Amino acid sequence: MTQTQAKATQVEHLLELENIGVSFKGVNAVTDISFAVVTGEICALIGPNGAGKSSLLNVINGVYQAQEGRIRFAGQEHRRMRPHDVAVRGIARTFQNIALFKGMSVLDNVLTGRTLKRRSNWIEQALRIGRAAGEDDRQREAAERVIEFLHLQPWRDTLVGKLPYGLQKRVELARALAAEPRLLLLDEPMAGMNADEKQQMSRFIVDINRELGTTVVLIEHDIGVVMGISDHVVVLDYGRKIGDGPPDEVRQSPEVIAAYLGTRH
Amino acid sequence: MEFFFEVLIGGLLAGVMYALVAIGFVLIYKASGVFNFAQGAMVLFSALTFVSLLERGVPFWLAFGISLTAMVLLAVAVERVVLRPLVNRPPITLFMATLGLSYVIEGFAQALWGAQVHGLELGISDEPLELGGMLLSQFDIFAAVTAAVLVLALSLLFNKTRIGLSLRAVADDPLAALAVGIRLQRVWVLVWAVAGFVGLVAGLLWGARLGVQFSLSLVVLKALPVLIIGGFTSISGAIVGGLIIGASEKLAEVYLGPVIGGGIENWFPYVLALLFLLVRPAGLFGERAIERV
Amino acid sequence: MFYQEAGQFSTRYAQDRRVFRLRQDRYGLVALLLLAFVGVPYLGNDYWFSAILIPFLVLSLAGLGLNLLTGYAGQLSLGSAAFMAVGAFATYNVELRVPGSPLLLSMALGGGVAALVAVLFGLPSLRIKGFYLLVSTLAAQFFVTWALTRFSWFSNNSASGVISAPRLEILGVDLSSPVGRYLLTLGVVVTLFWLGKNLVRSELGRNWMAVRDRDTAAAVMGIALLKTKLLAFAISGFFLGVAGALWAFTYLGTVEPHGFDLNRSFQILFIIIIGGLGSILGNFLGAAFMVLFPVLLSNLVALLPAGLIDAGQMENLQKMAFGALIIVFLVKEPEGLARLWKTFREQARVWPLRY
Repeated sequence: MTQTQAKATQVEHLLELENIGVSFKGVNAVTDISFAVVTGEICALIGPNGAGKSSLLNVINGVYQAQEGRIRFAGQEHRRMRPHDVAVRGIARTFQNIALFKGMSVLDNVLTGRTLKRRSNWIEQALRIGRAAGEDDRQREAAERVIEFLHLQPWRDTLVGKLPYGLQKRVELARALAAEPRLLLLDEPMAGMNADEKQQMSRFIVDINRELGTTVVLIEHDIGVVMGISDHVVVLDYGRKIGDGPPDEVRQSPEVIAAYLGTRH
Repeated sequence: MEFFFEVLIGGLLAGVMYALVAIGFVLIYKASGVFNFAQGAMVLFSALTFVSLLERGVPFWLAFGISLTAMVLLAVAVERVVLRPLVNRPPITLFMATLGLSYVIEGFAQALWGAQVHGLELGISDEPLELGGMLLSQFDIFAAVTAAVLVLALSLLFNKTRIGLSLRAVADDPLAALAVGIRLQRVWVLVWAVAGFVGLVAGLLWGARLGVQFSLSLVVLKALPVLIIGGFTSISGAIVGGLIIGASEKLAEVYLGPVIGGGIENWFPYVLALLFLLVRPAGLFGERAIERV
Repeated sequence: MFYQEAGQFSTRYAQDRRVFRLRQDRYGLVALLLLAFVGVPYLGNDYWFSAILIPFLVLSLAGLGLNLLTGYAGQLSLGSAAFMAVGAFATYNVELRVPGSPLLLSMALGGGVAALVAVLFGLPSLRIKGFYLLVSTLAAQFFVTWALTRFSWFSNNSASGVISAPRLEILGVDLSSPVGRYLLTLGVVVTLFWLGKNLVRSELGRNWMAVRDRDTAAAVMGIALLKTKLLAFAISGFFLGVAGALWAFTYLGTVEPHGFDLNRSFQILFIIIIGGLGSILGNFLGAAFMVLFPVLLSNLVALLPAGLIDAGQMENLQKMAFGALIIVFLVKEPEGLARLWKTFREQARVWPLRY
């Protein structure tokens, strides 16, 4: 057995989708999607608008239920799960149109991300007894680690609604990260950013992947970014998969070029 | 059995009147996106104005015209002073603003015309009419017919005229309507005027039934269960909802009342609407808002 | 220059988390509490206790109850008065039927019953969102007032459904005098506000705000929507129930369903709108406004030539002024008086500089 083959048998698929189909009132969003995400990789989901990428993410997340197919996460079946259960399993995500809690500060938003890591119940917290006593400090420390990781210290007490768009996206990333997830789903994390911001965000994503070991699935339109940071690219078009493999391979696939990448004139 | 039908039809007729009140709400909701809590106060105000003018010897149709004008002016003022500054706020804020507005209008109406109960004579006798072995109130029948005619006219207005098209466009997407050249201000004023007209008629009918007094605004609150069942954006829904509420309220009062105790019509429509919501969160005819994540 | 924070740094998270980070604020709070518990009983007169301070405190508590549900958790409610009524009647019944029950325990139990009723009418919030939820609390409002009048068991078979408050005493100390009632109310209100403040700053409070701002995102993060919403109803119901008991026992001296009608629910809602949604201080400010405004208005009118505006008109005028103020607040300062206060404080911090 060659080294790569041996490696392949050891490698674990963190997320596996088999024949996933989602439709809304008869309109098919995605049809027969199958692919696998290797633990520790950055997998990019690309395709034209309306190809079904966000729907796929919503399915993985439990927000939508797939009508057909199976999902396996860390070896366990994953059908019919509600978002709460998915979060407990260790999947976190960001949203295309920022879904931050606008009425709270950055720190508070990040702290909400820690909600599953809490052990004390609300009574203990109200009376400030029992497990609640030391927990606030520990949660704050964890939140601060995330804030430091994403360079958000100057804004920790600012109301999220007052921050510029790029920073809001970063805060959403921080909130997702605060849950210490195994799988991070990013829905267009760089939408609306300029070149500098994109560079910075790409670096953060790569750091999250390399330093924290988090597996990342991201939807992104900027092909330069996608080819630069991903290990694995899946291409969707009209709800179907038309490409799946390492970036170089996908980049040269004629189908993908015809549907999405375009040719040099 | 006949008694049952009598009660049922009585309820249905009352239901038509509820529907009329509800339609006023639907119109405003369609145009301005807000549940106008002040509708009750406005109905009260218009009915009070009408009755007070009548009492001072003003002839019927002149009084009607003056009251209608007052309603329209009120509507314009509301749009300018309350709705416009709040145009981009969440619906909760708008609702609370209409709450405040209802207080203002109620206070004003009573400051102007006094707080006593006024009887209203519309010239229709209250003698029961015999139809197929059942005793039905002539007044209720008249009210139902009036309401039906009004509803028909409104449907024609909305669906067959150009103005109606503009109204529906504004209801659907004000920005887009603006982009195609529809004059939003005009449309809003028109809608509020029509709502005012409907409100005035409803106010007169209910006022003749109950007497024109403060509790009229509570009657109007019953429009909420009607709208929940029928959906906030549909006139046909308001009709169906009104009929359901009217009938069930009457039936509950007559059949359940002796068992549990009197006065259940105060809360029965709400509980009914609640149960409905649990099954169909958007009402029978309402639009299901799809949340895009 | 007096209010600045120069030289005051937090070196530990616990210090940073304090409600009052500035030394000046902490001193201010202690002074206020001393004034309230010690100073006012000496200086105040009966009128102030009975007509101004007690209703102010109770309405603040009621405002807090509704604010937890509507301002923090985002569940709109028009049934606050109903829950207050439940608390009042439940407390009365516990006192009546459980002989020897300590007053505070009865009130806690009364609050507990109110919490249960609130949860019952809050269950629909799991299926229904936003504005439609009004129907549920409206149903609660009308149903509760009907039930309390209809079933005379609640009012111990009194003919009119009106009952008088039981004896107010704690550990043998009679509290039925105006000062006594004031101190009882003050103690309960301060304690519950302390609890409320802790809750709001805890994980539950953050979860409430998350559900209020974006509930789909909240669910995605693992916040249990069911538990969070129902806890909001329950805790809000508890606070409102205790407020209702206080309202009946320490303020009015009687308990009757009609004092807890839809208008009362509106009043509480107005308190939190004017005071500030999602604010603790706002409840006090809104309640103060609600209690003092009519007094202010009648004093103003007294300045006008006599007979220009009679008593009946006064009521209408008040109504109109109220409604107008609600609209003005919503337009100009949607975050209420609390925000105005915050702005004032921020200016005080840099005074005498401008910014």
